[in-house]
Amino acid sequence: MAEPTALLDVRDLKIGATVYAPGEPPEDITIVHGVSFTLEKGRVLGLIGESGAGKSTIGLASMAYGRGGVRITGGEVYLNGRDILKVGPRGLRRLRSNEVAYVAQSAAASFNPALKLMDQVVEAVLAHGKSGRRAVEARARELFAKLKLPNPDTFGDRYPHQVSGGQLQRAMTAMALACKPDLIVFDEPTTALDVTTQIGVLAAIKDAIRDEGVAALYITHDLAVVAQVSDEIMVLRHGRMVEHGDTRQIIEAPREDYTRALVSVREIEHEAKQPGDAPVLAARKIGAAYSGSLKVLHDVSVEVYPGQTIAVVGESGSGKSTLARVITGLLPPSEGRIEFAGRTLSPALSGRSKDDLRELQMVYQMADVAMNPRQTVAQIIGRPLEFYFGLKGAEKRQRIAELLDEIEMGKGFADRYPAELSGGQKQRVCIARALAAKPKLIICDEVTSALDPLIADGILKLLLDLQKVEGVAYLFITHDLATVKAIADSIAVMHQGKVVRYGPKDQVLSPPFDAYTEMLLASVPEMHLGWLEQAIERTRMKPAGH
Amino acid sequence: MRGAVAKLIAQRVGLGLLLLFAVSLLIFVGTQILPGDVAQSILGQTATPQALANLREKLGLNEPAYMRYLSWLGGVVTGDLGTSLTSGQNIAATIGPRLKNTLFLAGVAAIIAVPLAILLGLLAVRFRGRWPDKLISGATLASISLPEFFIGYLLIYFVAVKLGWFTSVSTVYDGMGFGARLNAVALPAATLTLVVLAHMMRMTRAAILNVMQSAYIETAELKGLSQFRVILRHAFPNAIAPIVNVVMLNLAYLVVGVVVVEVIFVYPGMGQFLVDHVAKRDVPVVQAAGLIFAAVFIGLNIVADVVSILANPRLRHPR
Repeated sequence: MAEPTALLDVRDLKIGATVYAPGEPPEDITIVHGVSFTLEKGRVLGLIGESGAGKSTIGLASMAYGRGGVRITGGEVYLNGRDILKVGPRGLRRLRSNEVAYVAQSAAASFNPALKLMDQVVEAVLAHGKSGRRAVEARARELFAKLKLPNPDTFGDRYPHQVSGGQLQRAMTAMALACKPDLIVFDEPTTALDVTTQIGVLAAIKDAIRDEGVAALYITHDLAVVAQVSDEIMVLRHGRMVEHGDTRQIIEAPREDYTRALVSVREIEHEAKQPGDAPVLAARKIGAAYSGSLKVLHDVSVEVYPGQTIAVVGESGSGKSTLARVITGLLPPSEGRIEFAGRTLSPALSGRSKDDLRELQMVYQMADVAMNPRQTVAQIIGRPLEFYFGLKGAEKRQRIAELLDEIEMGKGFADRYPAELSGGQKQRVCIARALAAKPKLIICDEVTSALDPLIADGILKLLLDLQKVEGVAYLFITHDLATVKAIADSIAVMHQGKVVRYGPKDQVLSPPFDAYTEMLLASVPEMHLGWLEQAIERTRMKPAGH
Repeated sequence: MRGAVAKLIAQRVGLGLLLLFAVSLLIFVGTQILPGDVAQSILGQTATPQALANLREKLGLNEPAYMRYLSWLGGVVTGDLGTSLTSGQNIAATIGPRLKNTLFLAGVAAIIAVPLAILLGLLAVRFRGRWPDKLISGATLASISLPEFFIGYLLIYFVAVKLGWFTSVSTVYDGMGFGARLNAVALPAATLTLVVLAHMMRMTRAAILNVMQSAYIETAELKGLSQFRVILRHAFPNAIAPIVNVVMLNLAYLVVGVVVVEVIFVYPGMGQFLVDHVAKRDVPVVQAAGLIFAAVFIGLNIVADVVSILANPRLRHPR
């Protein structure tokens, strides 16, 4: 075998784990089936794939680390010419931080809440005895400035909970760079951020890795994001490599069908419908507050027409989920009223009739926790049938089978438990449960944000088809503008508890824009090279924001 | 910014005082409904009714209960715990040296047990699932499973009788040197240490293992820090609150639960004192001892709460 000359040379990497399924003997599974690639000094390789593709596992394996019960079962990982799977625990400690560092997805969880940021950023350098505290802190402050953190001189004196998510992600990048490693593994570093925050963090990371000349593995499920930062891209699926090429080739001329599907995703055709006469739901001048004083909604008015979809768009903290809580009655509004199907709803849940409850259903972001893990699919879907319609026995089974057909799963799934379903299937079951009540309106709260793009597309198409058949209206809460374009008839853009733009889809998405909507639209990553630079140029965002 | 923490702490202390007040009421009511008559038990079965009546008058037993409670409480607040019915001596003066002895014994046991338990807990986490972990868990479990009098007699038999390192009777007296005192309490302190060790060590282990699941522990490991540094610097500070709570409960036990150990080693502390006076139905002494125990218990729990509050960086450093 040839001597490894590249910075990172992964050969035939095999990774396995033991799964402990309930009620079954432990089973050894393979997560990564023989993946090979090389990475030269200073280059950025994007690892892309859906969840379960093995991209994070491969990223961590390049640090010779297995999360939980994951173990590397075969192959070699050469870093700077030696196989790091064979250097032993002491050798690994020496090369981590010094040669390879890690930036995690959730910086908020990955910083120790009990220690100041500066102490954590300089810790590895000091522990490795590379230089004195004074010098390291000076370098850390330089890095803070380079990553455009506010007040770089005093930023390190703060605790993790005192700074925002976007700032923490920059700080984590600074922490990785502090030891001057040759390679950094970025594991979905911007996935948890709002789009308007993401764009600044992305630009800061890109500049920092270029200036420092460090190589990087950039792991993400978002092809549009990885297209902005990487020199080459490797597409993974089910633990195997699908395609590996330079970024331009992958984006502009993908060779494999799967890559083409990833690139062309989000092209659902949806003709917006015109508003009808009488809205099924009308929120009138809603104001709402938490714990009496903290006002989170101001004068919010929106209308939803039968058989149509309104998308409520905004970043985290914009009040969109609070609006859903007000409409469902979980949080009685402090001002305004809600009209539903021609009647005024009681502000509080306790004052609503069974029909009020039945006609207004919800589907949640996390299908995982929205279902009782100890009930079968048939029990989960059957419950509203019993509760609202008193169905029993054969009748109920018949209706469950119909609903399972409607969500394109089939009655074979009736006796499965949620743990035996994939993420997309779980969300479909949640949709079936909502449909079982024959509602007039379903509130969909970020129903696709936890799903992979291709799966999410399937769910959106299903929702549109169901709308045609059942005539149900959706109030679709999301932060993802691509989803909005795909599904909405009308759009309400929310910012800091107010509706800043509201109307039919075409009108909302056409200029002239208000400042916030324009920034929001400009922040959505687009799948072409150079988008990031153009977007930064266009919006001239304040780089230290968020 | 400091105001929030100060307010929280003041709240805890205030609640503690309120609780102590409630406990004093409970103690008073409790001792009042005890069967038997103090005058009768002092004078014996042969006493004449006239003598009994005179004594009751003298002791104030004919006053209404709330008056007696208020005058008792008033005395307690000003440091006067009353007069012993049986010996006629000032309770504060007799109880003082006893309390000092108990606190000394508890202090010695705590100084050994708390750091040892935490260290063993850290070691158990460091070698989780391997033989040091199993050895530590097994040994501490064994020591908590044995009744304390049994541990006490075992120590007396082997260490005092066979080896002759320490005396089996822990006599202390006024004017005794510090070294001699330490020598005297060595065996009871060792017994108490063995009794409280397991609880604290297991809580330390569990609390740290819980924190070890966090993402920031993975970050620390991926920084290439040594295992022990990860545990000590990254896991331990975030596990302080549950550990301190258990430590304080055990410290309270060291003060209020030492009756058996004091009796075994004939140590002149609060426990023996209390038992003696319960037998003699000396109500004011029992009340005073009960109140002191309650104060220790509540005080230590307030300390645990305050430490938990201070250990939370979100409270210490608000946004």
